[in-house]
Amino acid sequence: MSGGTFRRHLMSRVMTALVVVLAFTAVLALVLILGNLIAKGASSIDWAFFTKSPVPAGESGGGVANAIVGTAIIVGLAALIGLPVGIGAGLYLAEYGSGRLGFLVRFVADVLNGTPSIVIGIVAWTFLVKPTGRFTALAGSVALAILMIPMLARTTEEMVRLVPHSLREAALALGYPRWRTSLKIVARTALGGIVTGCLVGIARVAGETAPLLFTALGNLNFSLAVNQPMQTLSLQIYVYATGPFDEWHRMAWAAALVLMGLVLILALTARWVTRQRYGSVR
Amino acid sequence: MAASANTRLRLETVGVSALFGRTPAIRDISLLFPAHTVTAIIGPSGCGKSTLLRCLNRMHELTAGATVTGQVLLDDVDIYANDVNPVELRRRIGMVFQRPTPFPTMSIYDNVAAGLRVNGRRPRAETDAAVERALRQAALWDEVKDRLLTSALALSGGQQQRLCIARAVAPEPEILLLDEPTASLDPAGTQRIEELCHALKRHYTIVIVTHNLQQAARVSDYTAFLYMGGLVEVGLTGELFTKPQVEQTEAYITGRFG
Repeated sequence: MSGGTFRRHLMSRVMTALVVVLAFTAVLALVLILGNLIAKGASSIDWAFFTKSPVPAGESGGGVANAIVGTAIIVGLAALIGLPVGIGAGLYLAEYGSGRLGFLVRFVADVLNGTPSIVIGIVAWTFLVKPTGRFTALAGSVALAILMIPMLARTTEEMVRLVPHSLREAALALGYPRWRTSLKIVARTALGGIVTGCLVGIARVAGETAPLLFTALGNLNFSLAVNQPMQTLSLQIYVYATGPFDEWHRMAWAAALVLMGLVLILALTARWVTRQRYGSVR
Repeated sequence: MAASANTRLRLETVGVSALFGRTPAIRDISLLFPAHTVTAIIGPSGCGKSTLLRCLNRMHELTAGATVTGQVLLDDVDIYANDVNPVELRRRIGMVFQRPTPFPTMSIYDNVAAGLRVNGRRPRAETDAAVERALRQAALWDEVKDRLLTSALALSGGQQQRLCIARAVAPEPEILLLDEPTASLDPAGTQRIEELCHALKRHYTIVIVTHNLQQAARVSDYTAFLYMGGLVEVGLTGELFTKPQVEQTEAYITGRFG
């Protein structure tokens, strides 16, 4: 083996080892977080944790049912507002967005994507909370929807752009109008990817805390009213983790574990949908 | 090209030129496509064969910056006239592309029915009958009749291409445009498509673009030879291949260039 070849082989080995180590480091973070959550939170999770609302400080027992339901309502409403707008904007960008307006929308979406979520929370507070003088779950949903929209718009655009041009042409040659081609053929073909994007987007905002501090505020009681303050898991964790009681700290760990579990389920569903992408029909 | 009394003239181009931006792709092409005949368009790569074909159903103009001048007459009506709706026009002119393009999210049945449904809802039984007729015309019925509701992607390449032919003929267009339909198929698949051309011309007027001279000789009644965006020669296929009138044509068909 000549010197040059030896060097090349050595370099190849070193680089391979390096990327393997880096990959493990990335995975290690997740494993440590999950392991820590399970170690400190799992013991506090029982049936009451899911079915009861918090009890006054100092008493033991109680659960986070109000926060779980609140998360579902606030995130669900945010999805209801954000998904149509985000997906619609993404379709527009991919199908019609080659002009100046498309460029502008894309630019705004990118800037919005990089805006810290706390800023979005303050904006929602300024427009929805301050004028009405009332913290509401709805304001929280709007803040989360604003966070979601640029993410969804950009993923939808990417997914739609992946659909081969030949499919579009085939539909147009069959006498499909352009809008119908976009919806029935192109968007339908990209649906797996779009759904994945939606699930990832929802998972992403489900753990948001900062924008909700100024909007949904939090609520220690069970509440279904969207025009009232409402609790979410993230807010509950914030309150419990910063509180003075050991019992609260235990509950915070458990709530964090539940939230992590929910996000993980969403992410796994997203993976599963992606795999079904071009799968069987009906 | 003497038209006999019972041959209705279906499609004709009069001085058609097409551009991509400022670059001309085809120049001043005038051709007749008599009803119930197969016309092959041959020529070396980049000579404008596909562009000409795409001018016939107004697909060319869908490319950004692409323009067409001249007239394309379908039963003496210029399809580029202002009152012609290109979307409705394309329902009268079916097209099959180089590579099979089944809609991946649809079943075999839905693929064939796709062009029917775009024309408005109709009774289920009518759609069923039209789908079966189209699949029979495309010589695919026997192979897929037991799995009409399964994904079209499970079919082989040759079957997918015949599915695309079925999809194109299901709405009963008047003209069928084939853009190198066998380019991605093996010899067996190619042969089936060629046999189809013979069978289908009873119902449709067919224009086929092909790289393959033997294929043009086998399937077509008329052949047009394009070179560098211009029409060099057109005639009965038998005559063009045996007694070409233009030196360039002879050079091309004998394999001296292209």
